[in-house]
Order: sequence, then structure tokens, then C-alpha cells
Amino acid sequence: MVSILLFCGFIAAWHLATRGSGEVAKMSPEYAALMGATATQGKSAMPGPFDVGAKLWEHIQRPFYDNGPNDKGLGIQLGYSIARVMIGYLLAVAVAIPLGFLIGMSPLMNKALDPFIQVLKPISPLAWMPLALYTIKDSSLSAIFVIFICSVWPMLLNTSFGVASVRKEWINVARTLEVGTVRRAFTVILPAAAPTILTGMRISIGIAWLVIVAAEMLVGGTGIGYFVWNEWNNLSITNVIIAILTIGIVGMLLDQVLARFTRMVTFPE
Amino acid sequence: MTNDKFISVEAIAKRYPAAGGGQTTIFENLWLSLPRGEFGCVIGHSGCGKTTVLNILAGLDQPTEGAVIVDGQAIEGTSLDRAVIFQSHALLPWRTVMGNVAYAVSSKWRGWDKAKVRAHVQRFIDLVGLTGSENKRPSELSGGMKQRVGIARALSITPKIMLMDEPFSALDALTRGSLQDEVRRICLETGQTTFMITHDVDEAMYLADKIYLMTNGPGAVIAEIVENPLPKDRARIDLHRHPYYYGLRNHIVDFLVTRSKTFTSSNPNHDPLHVPIVRPGIDDASVVPLQANAR
Repeated sequence: MVSILLFCGFIAAWHLATRGSGEVAKMSPEYAALMGATATQGKSAMPGPFDVGAKLWEHIQRPFYDNGPNDKGLGIQLGYSIARVMIGYLLAVAVAIPLGFLIGMSPLMNKALDPFIQVLKPISPLAWMPLALYTIKDSSLSAIFVIFICSVWPMLLNTSFGVASVRKEWINVARTLEVGTVRRAFTVILPAAAPTILTGMRISIGIAWLVIVAAEMLVGGTGIGYFVWNEWNNLSITNVIIAILTIGIVGMLLDQVLARFTRMVTFPE
Repeated sequence: MTNDKFISVEAIAKRYPAAGGGQTTIFENLWLSLPRGEFGCVIGHSGCGKTTVLNILAGLDQPTEGAVIVDGQAIEGTSLDRAVIFQSHALLPWRTVMGNVAYAVSSKWRGWDKAKVRAHVQRFIDLVGLTGSENKRPSELSGGMKQRVGIARALSITPKIMLMDEPFSALDALTRGSLQDEVRRICLETGQTTFMITHDVDEAMYLADKIYLMTNGPGAVIAEIVENPLPKDRARIDLHRHPYYYGLRNHIVDFLVTRSKTFTSSNPNHDPLHVPIVRPGIDDASVVPLQANAR
């Protein structure tokens, strides 16, 4: 309820701040048409909420049009971004979770790999971009690689932490029942560490979605990040605002999906 | 086949490296044995190493020296022959009551199909009085019910011995009492060989056939083996009216309060291989058995 009030207040303030202040100078109608409303009626260069709303409605009606490389529907651009995030993210899951198990279950591997992880973790994922472009020689694959490298660390650390901190007594139960290592990993350690692992996966998808926008601005071509930059070059602030809004909503949805998975595996004690 | 040494702990020692170099000896040259079908109970102060003894018996911990022989075979690591009931029940919270017990059953009999496992599990859930709670999760159960599941899980794999590490210490007095009754009934019915660690004198007196008195660590020893003089068909209600009750209770309490600290220094000739066996009350002339009609 308060959220809705705040939203209405925000829209009203936005509308007031961007509406025209009337005619500012006398000029011939032809000249005025050339100059546009910003110069002639003191209208802010910032689009108002109704401009954005109208444009958004247009986008929603035609999300998948394709008029060449510089004019694709919002749906297509989002689709490219989500596909890149998903591929990079799933690759990271496939690497981070088994490796996290190894590190969590073996103190030796933990000590051996820790220095590497500590050095690699704080590197901004975009710093890998030039190296990726040089070695992979494909901008789209490089973006996927960047997503992979940025989502791997939170998952790796959370998995190894979750696995290492499984309660000793549960491990002892499995030991007294002569349960083998593999079966123990799946029947005791995996369910016990699942909430922590899922939390890591949730952090990762958030970071991946943050990074894809920046990565696509760099590699260009397709994707929501490229869309933002392209519309900036077109000076279409309306589209930039729409893109920002969409990025936020998609990010929220991705987070919600992972949050639901986390709830599914969480057990009350 | 020696039936009176079904469990035989032979000269085990446990040492840890001490902080300033050297070693801390928790206990050494420790011997004890328990016949088949009996209930043994080690009692001592916390920190004397009694939990370590149990963990060694379970195979969760290795002795620095010595060996443990169960049913004629030296033990090596953990085994399905030795079930453990943990102090903190240690149920898997993401499994139901049925799931927790079934995990143990299907670990012992890998080839069993689902229906057979379920039927077997059901028998033991019924045995501990949890019929109707099969599909509850541990978080929905009270402390006493959780420990019942722990007992069902341990019994369900029909172990040669059952090991209990202060199984009732986290429970309130009433629950503890009724669970002790259950354990005693089940052990008598099934002839289960059981080994328990406790610091509760009444619990030891009610449940155990043999009570091993352990001195304080480091360097703990088994000072005496008390053979419980109370009748096998004892009941909690009139236990304290039995003529031997106070003799036995005073003996154990005296040991725990005073003698456990001074025993090692006042008995330099204590032979850990031949620990004195005492039967307070029966051996003690000062306790005159009451007349039968006095009860």
C-alpha cells in the first residue's frame, strides 16, 4: 500500500519536473518545428512518465521485431542477454559445485587451492574481457566467458563452505552406517549443504546479471546492454529508461526463481 | 567363544599432543569387558575420557594403543554391527521419521526393495511407540520423540551391540524417565548387548548390570566394576525401597564426589587388568537386608 503511494508520488514528481514551461521565445513555426519542444516550450530533455509509458506500450506490443542490426525488439535483446547469462551461469554451476565439494571435503585441496581462489576472486570480471577476446576471438563467446568467471566464485566459496560445515554428527551417522563416500556425498552432505549452495547460486545470478549489461556494452552487437548503449547514441533517453526498468525487472525475476529454489531445499531444524 | 567377554577392550590408550610439546594422556592401559546380553555403563565426571572410550568402541575414533575385540574379532573402523545412539539424536532434518530409520535399514540391506524396508522400519517405529508419526520431520517432534527415533534407527539394523553416549542428558526429567523405561523394556525383551556412557547415577543404577567407575582424567582409570545388586525385574517406582538401593547409591556417589579425584594417588598398586568387582549391599555387612515384610 505504502509502495503504491510512493510510486504515485514519484511519478507525479517526475511529471512535474519534466513538463514544459510554456513558450520561451518567439520564433517562426518552421524554425520551431526544427528546434523541437525542448527549445521552444522549455520542455525538459528528460522524457516524462507518459512518454516512457507510451513507448513501453509500443515495445510490449512488438517485442520481437527485427529491422536490422541497429533496430531490434526489446524482447530479442533481452533474449540474447538471458541466453548468455544462462549459458555462462550453467557452465559455472557445472564447474563450481563439484569443485566446491572437492574443496569442502578435502582439507588438503582446500589449502592447496585457497591461494589461487583468493587471487582470482577479486578480479573484476570485465578485466578478463581483453584476454577473452584475444584467445577466443569471438565477442559473444567472450561475454559468456566473462559471465562464467564472475558467477563461479560465489558458488565455489559457498559450496565449499557449506560442505565443510556439515554437522559432524550427521557425518558420523553415515560413518556408523558404513555409507560409502559417494553415497554419503549425495545423501548427507548434499542435502545438508544445499541451502548454502543455493544462496551462493543466488548471489551469482545477481552478479551475472549485473555484469552482462557492462559486457554487452563492450562487445556490442546484441543484448540489452548493447541496446542501452545504442539508444544512448541515438539520444533516445526514453528507450534508455525503458531498458533500465526492464533490466531491473528481469534481475528481480531471476533472483525470485533462485529464492524459490532455496526455500524448497531449506529444512527446519 | 567366550560369552562373558563379548565386548573386550584391551589395554587401550588415548594420547593427544600437548600444547607445549609432549603428550597429554587421557587414559592408558584401560581394560574392560562385557558379557553378551548385558547392559554396561561407564560413569565418571565430564572430561575423564568416557566419550572417547565410546567413540573408540564405535570406531569413530582410534585408540593410540591397544585394541577392542567384539564377538571374537578386533574392530576396525565403524561397522553396522555397532549402532550408536548420539547424545544430540543426530537425525537428518530433511528426512521424515520413516526416512531416517529407512536410511539405516537400506544401508545395512542394500538389496531390499522399498516395501520390505518400509515393513521392517515400521516394526521398529512401533517398538519405540512412535506409530502415527512416521511422516513427521524431526523439527515437528519433541526432544523425547527425536531420541526415540534415534533408538529405533539404532535398533533397526539389529546390531550386535548398541552404544549410547549420554542419550538422555538433553531431555527433561519426566521424558528421560519414560525413555529409560522403554530402553530397559526393549533391552530385556531383545537381549540386546548395550554399552552406555552417563554421569547420571540413578540412570546407571536403573539400567545397568555392570557399572564401570572411571576416575578423573588425565590418566583416567577404571577404578571399580560395580555389579548391580538390584533384582533384574526392578521397576522405577519401588527401586528406592530396595534394601540395597542406598548402599549402592551411596557407594557410587561417594566415588564420584571424593574417590574419583584421589583414587590414582591412594591406590598405587591398582591393576587395570584385574579391576576389583564390588557389590555394594551384598558384600557390605553393614547393610542389613530388610525383612521381606518390611517392603
